[in-house]
Amino acid sequence: MNDLTKKEILLKGLFKQNPTFIIMLGLCSTLAITVSLENALGMGLATFFVLVISNLLISSLRKFIPDKARMPIFIVLIATTVSIISLFMEAYAPGLFAALGIYVPLIVVNCIIMGRAEAFAYKNTVGKSVLDGAAMGLGFTLSLSLIGTIREILGTSKLTLLGHTIISTHAPVIGILVLPPGAYLVMGLLLAIFRRLG
Amino acid sequence: MENLFAILIAAIFVNNFVLSRFLGICPFIGVSRTWRPAVGMGIAVTLVMGMSSLTSWLIYSLILVPFHLEYLDLISFILVIAALVQLIEIFVKRYSQPLYNALGIYLPLITTNCAVLGVALLNLNKGYSLIGSLVNGIGGGLGFTLALVLMSAIRERLDLGDVPKPFSGATIAFITAALMSMAFLAFSGMMQ
Repeated sequence: MNDLTKKEILLKGLFKQNPTFIIMLGLCSTLAITVSLENALGMGLATFFVLVISNLLISSLRKFIPDKARMPIFIVLIATTVSIISLFMEAYAPGLFAALGIYVPLIVVNCIIMGRAEAFAYKNTVGKSVLDGAAMGLGFTLSLSLIGTIREILGTSKLTLLGHTIISTHAPVIGILVLPPGAYLVMGLLLAIFRRLG
Repeated sequence: MENLFAILIAAIFVNNFVLSRFLGICPFIGVSRTWRPAVGMGIAVTLVMGMSSLTSWLIYSLILVPFHLEYLDLISFILVIAALVQLIEIFVKRYSQPLYNALGIYLPLITTNCAVLGVALLNLNKGYSLIGSLVNGIGGGLGFTLALVLMSAIRERLDLGDVPKPFSGATIAFITAALMSMAFLAFSGMMQ
């Protein structure tokens, strides 16, 4: 793991070890908030920042963290980061914060973040860890946006972002896709497609 | 005083933690291959969800609110849940070896189960009382157990079936979950 070049780290997060479709971590928030592209982007970016900051903190403190007590220390560092991001969102994007609800604080138990802390940031330099966090965060954001876009277009026959309608179709609405079953359905079908292709 | 029966039914069926709130998906997909471990996991989660609802309510109302530290809710809840799970593990190991053998491997996994932290945050959002929180926690755990056991029973049968290759494993589990979730949508008519 230590000899990865920067390009490899980036590609790994985006495709080879895509957090959503390949290693399947952080599924709770993925399924719960992908009713629209806007929510998906909001959640993706929040997780992106938490990943980058927590990887930065953990990799820079890795020489001081005793091996036996690392799990509780990771959890406290991650929870602090999430609290900061969540207060930030509440202040500057209250609409999005209300739409995402309890899933913003639940980023703490998103396994991607703990997973990257344990598997990467604890063993690598600060620069590489930040890049790894960014790559994983981007991969997560991309996957979430893909699911969100599909569900929003097919479920409401339009796609909106920041109040503007980007796409509007006259196709019949498949309402079930924006309800909870739609999340499982789209996720399952996308997984099957990716397995067939790759 | 809130309607405790309504909270219980809502937590088990209408807003099922797994099928409509998407909390606790990892064990739902991971520990649902056969039904025996699914029952063990369900009991362990119900126990921890009930206990964490109680303790997080007490901490929030008795410590955080009086000292105006509400912004520390997330950090204190996650630490308390981690400590609680450890305590339950030690307690069960000391007093009931058979129960420990049955639940032992699942207990550490529960710390990162989003259903446990999720129920603490939900109780807070909805402003439930101490008893309401406890009922919501146990109901949520029972709903989780119900979904997990149903899923594992279906997957035991699926293993015998001829599933197309791209759909094997977790993929077919998602499609199954979609159908179960659709069935559970019908319960939302109950709470009008």
